[in-house]
Amino acid sequence: MSESNGHLQKKMLSNPPETIKVRIKRRENLKSDQYTDTFEVPYRRNLNVISVLMHIRKNPNTTDGRDVTPPVWDMNCLEQVCGICTMVINGHVMQSCSALVDDLLLESGDNTISLEPMSKFPNVRDLKVDRTPMFDHLKKVHAWVELDGSHDLGAGPAMPQETQQERYAYSRCMTCGCCLEACPQYDGDNYIGPQAIAQVRLFNMHPTGEMNREDRLEALMDDDGIANCGNSQNCVQVCPMGLPLTRAIYETNREVTVHGLFGWLRK
Amino acid sequence: MASKNGMKIAIVGGGLAGLAAAMKIAEAGHDVDLLSVVPVKRSHSVCAQGGINGAVNTKGEGDSPYKHFDDTVYGGDFLANQGPVKRMCDMAPAIIHLFDRMGVPFSRTKEGLLDFRRFGGTLHHRTAFAGASTGQQLLYALDEQVRRFESEGKVEKFEGWEMLSLVLDDHQVCRGLVAMNLQTLELKTFPADAVIMATGGPGLIWGKSTNSQVCTGSAVSACYQQGARYANGEFIQVHPTSIPGEDKLRLMSESARGEGGRVWVPKKQGDTRSPQSIPVEERWYFLEEKYPAYGNLVPRDIATREIFQVCLDGHGIGGDNQVYLDLTHIPAEELTRKLGAILEIYEMFVGDDPRYVPMKIFPGVHYSMGGMWVDSDQRTNIPGLLGAGECDYSIHGANRLGANSLLSCVYGGFVSAASAIEYAGGVERSTTEKNGIYDAELKKQQVINDRIIKNEGDENQYKIHEELGKIMTENVTVVRYNDRLKATDDKILELKERFHRLSINDSNLWATQAVPQARQLWNMLELARVITLGALNRDESRGAHYKPEFPDRNDEEWLKTTVAEFSDESPVFSYEDVDISGIEPRARDYSKGSSKKE
Ligand SMILES: Cc1cc2nc3c(=O)[nH]c(=O)nc-3n(C[C@H](O)[C@H](O)[C@H](O)COP(=O)(O)OP(=O)(O)OC[C@H]3O[C@@H](n4cnc5c(N)ncnc54)[C@H](O)[C@@H]3O)c2cc1C
Ligand code: SF4
Ligand code: SF4
Ligand code: FES
Repeated sequence: MSESNGHLQKKMLSNPPETIKVRIKRRENLKSDQYTDTFEVPYRRNLNVISVLMHIRKNPNTTDGRDVTPPVWDMNCLEQVCGICTMVINGHVMQSCSALVDDLLLESGDNTISLEPMSKFPNVRDLKVDRTPMFDHLKKVHAWVELDGSHDLGAGPAMPQETQQERYAYSRCMTCGCCLEACPQYDGDNYIGPQAIAQVRLFNMHPTGEMNREDRLEALMDDDGIANCGNSQNCVQVCPMGLPLTRAIYETNREVTVHGLFGWLRK
Repeated sequence: MASKNGMKIAIVGGGLAGLAAAMKIAEAGHDVDLLSVVPVKRSHSVCAQGGINGAVNTKGEGDSPYKHFDDTVYGGDFLANQGPVKRMCDMAPAIIHLFDRMGVPFSRTKEGLLDFRRFGGTLHHRTAFAGASTGQQLLYALDEQVRRFESEGKVEKFEGWEMLSLVLDDHQVCRGLVAMNLQTLELKTFPADAVIMATGGPGLIWGKSTNSQVCTGSAVSACYQQGARYANGEFIQVHPTSIPGEDKLRLMSESARGEGGRVWVPKKQGDTRSPQSIPVEERWYFLEEKYPAYGNLVPRDIATREIFQVCLDGHGIGGDNQVYLDLTHIPAEELTRKLGAILEIYEMFVGDDPRYVPMKIFPGVHYSMGGMWVDSDQRTNIPGLLGAGECDYSIHGANRLGANSLLSCVYGGFVSAASAIEYAGGVERSTTEKNGIYDAELKKQQVINDRIIKNEGDENQYKIHEELGKIMTENVTVVRYNDRLKATDDKILELKERFHRLSINDSNLWATQAVPQARQLWNMLELARVITLGALNRDESRGAHYKPEFPDRNDEEWLKTTVAEFSDESPVFSYEDVDISGIEPRARDYSKGSSKKE
């Protein structure tokens, strides 16, 4: 973005190509080997990667003239809020619905786009991965408020605007997995990762959620717990929802340490 | 884990409605099977931005559930049965407080209490909101509670399973369902004492809409083809402000107008100057001019038609189908705080920053007021089958007010849960007739799959879908003409013919999307006929349904619910009286003062 006459306007591709080349890393099923297919797609302004994939799905013919199976990928909201369409695009992990072709071409300076599935999750087929472990992490850290019941018990606790705003920031996590893909420490089940830690912070900050904070802290003291973070800060840089992940890790780590020191007193 | 009396309830759909029902049933101690195409946390409900209505009356405006009731019925042009609307509005403040207790980070006042904003079709600050991603936040709160029950073994989730059909016994009683695993294509029966459908809207029928990709309406179409009634299908809300895109129409939430956004076009037709350089006197704020009381916050059907008409008359920006939605008179800092997330969406997909440059928008298909017919306890006409959320037709009549849908989803979820428990408690389980019904339905569905897989034809399903979307968008949205509706139905019949010559083009059946998408396409074609023919039949204008040939509301003949039932040739229509016991129908006019008669 550049500032000009008082408003922000988008940089435009000055010399758009007629077509773009799309290289897709593919896999037939969980056990088979990866291979690459390349497709050519007519360029239009304001395309996103999903539109490109939709075009290929309709016309699955490669540049070397083969009719192939249509590539498989996940999509739903198409506005970067459900997290499902995440993949590695030109080497960077991001949502394919909000990845704009113009931006990608501007950045890479050529007319090729490469699409790969995320590497830290089981690769179901083509660009589709299985992120069940992330949902299991939410169970492990008790990422919920323990309600007495959902019947009418009147208003909730009053809360300062600042607390609400900080909680809101954590509550925007869409379980996309970008942070885990980028984290050098995360590799399957060795480390619970920044996404779950941020959710611990979210619930520990809530006046009712706080009453069960110890369950959450204990969950982070296991072998795969918060101590595995190497503080490289990759996670916070790739998070599309702008979660203050390093802050969550720092503050939760402090809570965990204090809990570790004095927790036994409360038993 | 055995539930209280071995009762099992299946819920199809894990959006706001499905999760609300799941939470209530699990809390009552019963077992739930929860099926969803996508992981429930990724359901379409996350897209809702603006907020949820409830007359909590914190602003000293004298708001009340009764006024909310009146606004909803009046906004819906009196087509909604009033009993459930009244109950929903009465329950609304408690629903908002419940979400607050569950930890939703609702925006707050300085005192730390819930803040409320104004939405379309009301004069009160009645909409609770969490930044500009209220749907995401509400859905997550329910997702968390349901995960808690899941970890206690009360809810079993089947994510990545698509419901294909109901299992009905010889008496047309629902005994469960058949679903397909989207990785293996395995079919499986899910026996249940009651089934709740909570599968959301049908936006994909129009190809591009503001809806998510799983919103095909396919599941309710399947129920309809098995005998469930479908009501008021022709009432489709076209949102006045969406951002046109290649793959979808992204919504610009009504909250942009709620926070002071102004809609205008240049007074001079075809004016090519940049919006900032057009002086205020040379701008036409057409909504404010025509509707001084409500201004930019007239209900959606009205705003949509006005914007549509202005563009039709050649007043759109640069002669195109676009008008300005302008926020630039509001301080950037305030906009970021109140509308951050939705402004980011615009900036992300269009590139301009709406805090400094007026947005360009146009109406887009958004919401279906129509849906499965249900009674005031959310029961369909098939015993043991219930419906809740956007997939049922109750509450919104001929037009939905902003921020009333999230509320109706939660309300419908809660009510359907109670009804399902009550029904399942009395259900006769050990009838011998049931033997064989599960296997029979499973085989039937397998045959359909096999046929689709083996078919070798010259048709491409994505092209058929595109053609369906195009003709539905042209003829079955804002302005409707009988000859074009007829032509649309003919086209749908042609597409159904061509469907039989489809080839799925995917030799790898593992995790293929071609087979489920082909099945969805067929169901969309069936539902498209219900919508189109329902519109053709209704010779009046009411709410979102507008026919220039019949420009007025006609209560004498058409104050009636449209009910469609499946038959092999064509849907069979009948008409049902509307419950108007609470509020006497009156003319709908937002151009003067308040909506009240007082
Ligand atoms: C962009 C946008 C913004 C909106 N903003 C607002 C707002 O501010 N306020 C408001 O009140 N309303 C708003 N709405 C409307 C509201 O979001 C929806 O009406 C509501 O979320 C629908 O919820 P639901 O629970 O009925 O269905 P959904 O959330 O659509 O969930 C449907 C579920 O069904 C599942 N499913 C579908 N088919 C099958 C099948 N065959 N088998 C298994 N599972 C299936 C899906 O996986 C999903 O889990 C908005 C809508 C849009 C599009
Ligand atoms: S800061 Fe910790 S969690 Fe984040 S990327 Fe680095 S190691 Fe991973
Ligand atoms: S923390 Fe950010 S990157 Fe990680 S899963 Fe959540 S939204 Fe995605
Ligand atoms: S499709 Fe939902 S984040 Fe991209």
